Amino acid sequence: MANRPQPQFPEPNTEAYWEGVKEGELRYQQCNSCGEIVFYPRQHCPACLSDDLAWKASKGDGTVYTFSVIRQNRMPGFAELGAYSVAYVDLDEGFRMLSSIVGVEDPTKDIHIGQRVAVEFEEQDEGEYPIPVFRPVG
Amino acid sequence: MTDRQAAIVGIHEYPLRVAPGVSGMQIKVASIRAALDDAGLSWSDVDALYDAGDGEAGGGLQLAQYLGVHPTIIDTTNVGGSSFEFHAAHALQAIAAGKCKVAVLSYGATSASRRMAIGTGRLGGGGANWRMNMEMPYGSTLISNYAMVKQRHMYEYGTTTEQLAGISMATRRHAMNNPEAVKAMTDLEFVGVNDITEQNVLSSRIVADPLHLLECCMISDGGGAVIIAGADVARNCAKNPVWIIGTGEAVGYVDNGSDITTSAAAQSGPIAFGEAGITPDDIDIAMIYDSFSITVAVCLEDLGFCAKGEAGDFVAGGRLAYDNDAAKLAINTDGGGLSSNHPGMRGIFLLIEAARQLRGESHSQVEGAKLAVAHGNGGMLASIHTGGTVILAKD
Repeated sequence: MANRPQPQFPEPNTEAYWEGVKEGELRYQQCNSCGEIVFYPRQHCPACLSDDLAWKASKGDGTVYTFSVIRQNRMPGFAELGAYSVAYVDLDEGFRMLSSIVGVEDPTKDIHIGQRVAVEFEEQDEGEYPIPVFRPVG
Repeated sequence: MTDRQAAIVGIHEYPLRVAPGVSGMQIKVASIRAALDDAGLSWSDVDALYDAGDGEAGGGLQLAQYLGVHPTIIDTTNVGGSSFEFHAAHALQAIAAGKCKVAVLSYGATSASRRMAIGTGRLGGGGANWRMNMEMPYGSTLISNYAMVKQRHMYEYGTTTEQLAGISMATRRHAMNNPEAVKAMTDLEFVGVNDITEQNVLSSRIVADPLHLLECCMISDGGGAVIIAGADVARNCAKNPVWIIGTGEAVGYVDNGSDITTSAAAQSGPIAFGEAGITPDDIDIAMIYDSFSITVAVCLEDLGFCAKGEAGDFVAGGRLAYDNDAAKLAINTDGGGLSSNHPGMRGIFLLIEAARQLRGESHSQVEGAKLAVAHGNGGMLASIHTGGTVILAKD
């Protein structure tokens, strides 16, 4: 599948994240004041409310924290898919993101908690932004 | 606020779960009228309006106009399915502060008649939005969010679907005692309107792994109303007052490194129990928002009815049924969202059935019930959600 909904702009919090995705980079933020890892992207640190955040590039390696395989979704773009996965992935740099696990033969059997995964940027049929998804490694 | 300052004095549950040609607003008005009758109060007594301002029903400011009232308190808090527990908490505070005497909470929705795909449809309204920009591309559904909690709970604690099926079994037993729930399941064309077994749950289709169909609430029409009054009014109403003796509110969300199997109830519960000056051991009946089996399991743990990770054993075999004295606790004695009604935000029914129990009016009456908890879970576990805990007591 490559017809996922695209992010929509203007949206000032997530713009730099999606610009990174276009360049093949999975970005997260870190607070320069207190060191907190910040994700989803925003313009302040939720730990100390500082607005002094630095963008960083993740290596894109992580672990499946939890997942579900969706058998029924009436939303266009997903309704026709058959079973597909959603997952929370814990990246090694310390942030958690919602994503999808791809590249498995049977998502109902081949995905498990604790599985090591790596990011890839899935090109879409329409829209300028690829979508970061994860594929099992090793 | 442990003094008995405000009580539920009137309740009504709209009887139909399929009500084509009726609007949510009309359901609210019919329910308010019946709940005032139940209390022995009249329209002119009402001076506070609480409404979740939801969807097609219209509400909030519109509701005041539609009803034709000029309340001194208007509160349009919408925190999803837990809105009504928040409303009850706020009504207690307003009454205690002397701002009002008779508060009306109401709800009405026709989600079944409008064929709303609540659990399996599009999340969010689209458009540029901080969080939606990060989540929309992945096609998660309301059900898949709860499913991810169940998945992690199974992984961490060895919880099984066989165990959690006990929640669906107990609520179905209660529903079979409730003629309105039986009619609901009949009208909504349930495959089997009868008691269910672990095997029925296990063999029902998977909607989003690892959640089976019989672990998911129905989508129905429906609604209801609750009247909350100050002590001086409550003592002179038609029915025995059901006192609000403790409330707690909290929000929860997924964060880096957070434990997805712990809900906002872990915060709202202790606040409410502390205010009431009682412990979960004292509670006879628990109305826990049963959007899904896992919602009940997680909230029972977080409220302190069992330790984290032990809900599987605690609910197994349908042991939280109304007539199991060994369990010392019964849940969702109306049949719950799983088997009686779920128009989208069923928090009001938790208050209504808890009040019925403390009045001795339930179809699955727990003999001698004195203390109840109603816990609403709004939004979505595994995402942004709320917990609203209300502790109720009879005289």
